[in-house]
Amino acid sequence: MNSAWSRTVEVPSHDGAVHHWRVIDRPGTSDADPVILCLHGNPTWSYLWSRFISELNPKYRVIAPDHLSMGYSDHVASRTYKERVADIADLLRALQIDQPIWIVAQDWGGAIGMGYAVAHPDHVLGMVLSNTGIAVPSGRRAPLLIKISAAFGLHRLITQYTSLFVRGTPFLPGRGLTREQRQQLSKPYRKVFQRRAVADFVADVPFSEKHTSARDLQTVADALPSLEIPVRLIWGSKDPVFNDDFAYDLLSRFKNAHLHRIADGGHLTVLESSVAPLVEQAISETVFVEDQLSGVTSEALWSRIGTAHDANQICISDAAANETVTDAEFASRVASFATQLHSRGVSMGDRVALLIPPGIDLIAAVYACWRIGAVTVIADRGLGLRGLGHAVRSARVQYVLGIRTGCLAAKLLRWAPWALMINVESLRSTDGSTMSSLVMPAPSDNSEAAVLFTSGATGPAKGVRYTHRQLCAQRDALQNTYNITRNDRFVAAFAPFALYGPALGITTGLADMDVTSPSTLTAAALNDACERITATMVFASPAALANVLKTASGSLAALASVATVMSAGAPVPIETLRQIYQLCPHAQLHTPYGMTEALPVADISLLQREQVGEGRGVCVGHVVMNADVIISSYDSQTVSAMDMGETGEVLVRAPWLSDGYDALWFTQSLARADGWHRTGDVGHLDDENNLWIEGRVVHVVHTSFGDVTPVPLEIATEAIPGVERAAAVSVGEPGVQQVVIVVEVTSGEDGPANSALAAAVRLAVAPQAIAAVFTTKKLPVDIRHNSKIDRTALGHKLTHILTGASR
Amino acid sequence: MKVAVTGAGSLLMSSIANALIQRGDEAVCIQRRPVENLDCQQELVDIRDADALRRATVGCDAVIHGAARVGIMGSSGDFRSVNVDGTDNVITAAQHNNISRMVFVSTPSVSHTGTSLVGALADRAVTGRSHSHYAETKARAEQLVLAANCSSLSTVALRPHLVWGPGDTQLVGRIIERASQGKLVMVGSGNALVDSTYIDNAADAHIAALDALHLSAPCAGKAYVIANGEPRTVNELMRGMCDAAGIAFAPKHVPLAIATRLGTAIERMWPLIRKSEPPLTRFVAEQLGTAHWFDPRPAQMDLAWSPSVTIDEGFQRLRNWCEAKK
Repeated sequence: MNSAWSRTVEVPSHDGAVHHWRVIDRPGTSDADPVILCLHGNPTWSYLWSRFISELNPKYRVIAPDHLSMGYSDHVASRTYKERVADIADLLRALQIDQPIWIVAQDWGGAIGMGYAVAHPDHVLGMVLSNTGIAVPSGRRAPLLIKISAAFGLHRLITQYTSLFVRGTPFLPGRGLTREQRQQLSKPYRKVFQRRAVADFVADVPFSEKHTSARDLQTVADALPSLEIPVRLIWGSKDPVFNDDFAYDLLSRFKNAHLHRIADGGHLTVLESSVAPLVEQAISETVFVEDQLSGVTSEALWSRIGTAHDANQICISDAAANETVTDAEFASRVASFATQLHSRGVSMGDRVALLIPPGIDLIAAVYACWRIGAVTVIADRGLGLRGLGHAVRSARVQYVLGIRTGCLAAKLLRWAPWALMINVESLRSTDGSTMSSLVMPAPSDNSEAAVLFTSGATGPAKGVRYTHRQLCAQRDALQNTYNITRNDRFVAAFAPFALYGPALGITTGLADMDVTSPSTLTAAALNDACERITATMVFASPAALANVLKTASGSLAALASVATVMSAGAPVPIETLRQIYQLCPHAQLHTPYGMTEALPVADISLLQREQVGEGRGVCVGHVVMNADVIISSYDSQTVSAMDMGETGEVLVRAPWLSDGYDALWFTQSLARADGWHRTGDVGHLDDENNLWIEGRVVHVVHTSFGDVTPVPLEIATEAIPGVERAAAVSVGEPGVQQVVIVVEVTSGEDGPANSALAAAVRLAVAPQAIAAVFTTKKLPVDIRHNSKIDRTALGHKLTHILTGASR
Repeated sequence: MKVAVTGAGSLLMSSIANALIQRGDEAVCIQRRPVENLDCQQELVDIRDADALRRATVGCDAVIHGAARVGIMGSSGDFRSVNVDGTDNVITAAQHNNISRMVFVSTPSVSHTGTSLVGALADRAVTGRSHSHYAETKARAEQLVLAANCSSLSTVALRPHLVWGPGDTQLVGRIIERASQGKLVMVGSGNALVDSTYIDNAADAHIAALDALHLSAPCAGKAYVIANGEPRTVNELMRGMCDAAGIAFAPKHVPLAIATRLGTAIERMWPLIRKSEPPLTRFVAEQLGTAHWFDPRPAQMDLAWSPSVTIDEGFQRLRNWCEAKK
């Protein structure tokens, strides 16, 4: 950082003296933008903000002081919380900062910042708070580490007479700091006298109500709900001191607060991670009014349960467990689950993790939760144990509803240490409850219904929030898109849709398979599931269908008579559909396009796909009824529809678009613009209004002659005889990237393609210039769908090879 | 326009002269020995002779300076007298004769550091390195030329990267010769992605630079890397040349680290034993073993030039030429 920004300021203090403050004062290039005041905590100093300042847009002026007696500011007599808040006012007055500011603060700096905001509400435009607190969250104890450090007899030893506290802080769990960062942090605290204020700060943490600062902190805490300003919380969730509990405590205190949780971040997240983009987003964010649609009330998700004309109609047939329930039986199970859950205290808005294997109990539990207004947290077991744990932990569930092993895992692995465990077996009772006899109030349309976690291509899974209205809209969209009537019966071999049978009011069949591993579905198992309910529809993932084709033999009469086959979850090769058509000659074969955040967005049948023919990318058909799609530039934050035929990012709007991401405010800010969801897919709309997908935004190749999308090149390459699959990837830096094609040939080996194949590929993709053609036995694909190619990883590998580094 | 072209004995410079003549400009070719198939005034002058050079360039409007001592054979003094002092003579002659434009034919080796370049820009020429007299003296010459850029004389330096094509004895000739003797050596994996320049494109670029040069032109006083902008692996380039000549491509592989050391050793020892150019130098080893491709946009934007012959078309033309020669 530029040392010229560091200066000493003479500050006339409220205590009558004049103190010298060491301040980093980075001038901004624009006067129109707010000044940012950065407040560090204990035991750090303004160096804490070095990374933030170096990465922050130069237009902002930043002021980062060392608190008095800390860092390189004057050492003064011991100061209390209240005095420190007054000190900040003194400093700003001395600096003649009259215009309103943004406060960015961490640890004790957060408490001081909040104190300042409460005392000067008109002088603060907003706050970004990181790993801090104003009071111990209710029902929780004070952080153990601070308590030990403050304990009588140990306090001065840990915090002042030794450097344990100063040197230990950077080693708290998190993403970790570099050696240089750790050394810089402890630089002003090498001598015992320099650490006096460090000890004083710890001593100022009130553990009893009699403490001088207890009342002052409480006064500020009580005043927080009256603040109108936007507050954004950036939280390192590994912090053992200010853990997630503190984040949610603050979240509940402010009118306008959002949380962005960094799952692997620690106490010093502002130094560990790049937080400047988040702060810039917070400052520039126009207040996004969540689309609270009112008016027509949706038909509740559970309203069709127990309403079949024939009470003996099969509701769910589970071939795996060999269990079948009628409509009446299912209704009574949902009702008794709801009654039991309610009586055990599960109430409106509580989050419930469902650790129940797919089956009738899981579906009943989901509807029971929805009925009583509890929020279902559903994590796919395909995420693996780690992913599951991350999901349950990040959703902060109040209850874990599961089979014994599920509850045990949640307890042992501390996924939800504060949650109550409920064994789903214990909910079963014959209390005679019926859906109509349930007396507890039902949730409103705009209340949260579910948090879904699905595997991301990279990084931990994101929780996607849905309200009741959105889930109802999704049910209606499925019903409209696939013309589902109450006479339909469907076999669901596709996890999320299996839940929708009761909401649609149709019979559901579950095939004997491991739902988390779609390729375990055999043709015989699918046929058997269809036979049990004389299915009219089959929903399955492409991987499941591929295995059905592989295992198809003998008579598959039940399968042959279905009228609709729908395959979702990943792109479906047209050849797979053609072969499925041989098995189901009476069926319409549909492939919806969508994502966890919004499904369906578009739909296309096999017939339409054959008619459309070839084009730039994969045709996913027409946008479904009540959904909107526009193509907008992926280079720009602002949304504006591009012309027909132009390639850009696919943006979606629909009543069933999810509410947003859970505890990921920043991710959500980037993904949502003016009510549109940025899908991260690139594509275009053709003159017939068909949507074509050309790849992912992150996989676009930025060459010096313009941007190139991968999918059209891959399709052209895959038309070459002998080529199974191809990936178009980039090497080099954006702006001067080159396109390299990697061809999967089962008989081939990893290395440069022979000249005949290279020539064939270049001919196929002409006029696009291709720097090199490589072959591989197996392209890197995701385990779940066996279809999403990790082009980024492949590009890194090829960049390495093509620098001449290895063979 | 009357254009002085120095060093027309080389393929690139004679191609430039021919292209100038073809479009109706007048060319004055300045080199030590007469050149065949060059339909223009030829002045047989050594650029070390400042007076003769001044006389030869009287009445010219522009100069494209490509005369240079190349290779590794010779003392630093030999290289300096031609490449640095000779260039200084050209600049002086230009200033004396009121020539307003000067295009200097430089080389990417002036900023070569031995590491791979991936989509790089034309970095500043580096001087003060001893291991190659050629790169060192060309770098100093380029600095002289760019420093001479002023209101009366606009200058630009082009660094054509790996020029090849029909009639090229340096790259194509050597590869085909070695391959036909079964002595072709591949440094490293042969997977290094390198950009190259088809000869016609290289000639066009220099003429485009000449046209773009005027007072306060964006290119004045700057250096540009010239290349096709179509990097290929070294394997593919060499194979393409061998295929064009109808010779089997079966190189012997030498690891990059060994080739670099071998090249360094040969560079030191060779002049003591032989008079011809050595088969391998450290520079060649590094060039073949590491990626070299550049950002083509600065040259294309500032010089209003873009390559008209693609690499694959270039191979086809080379094939036609080889077949016609047989």
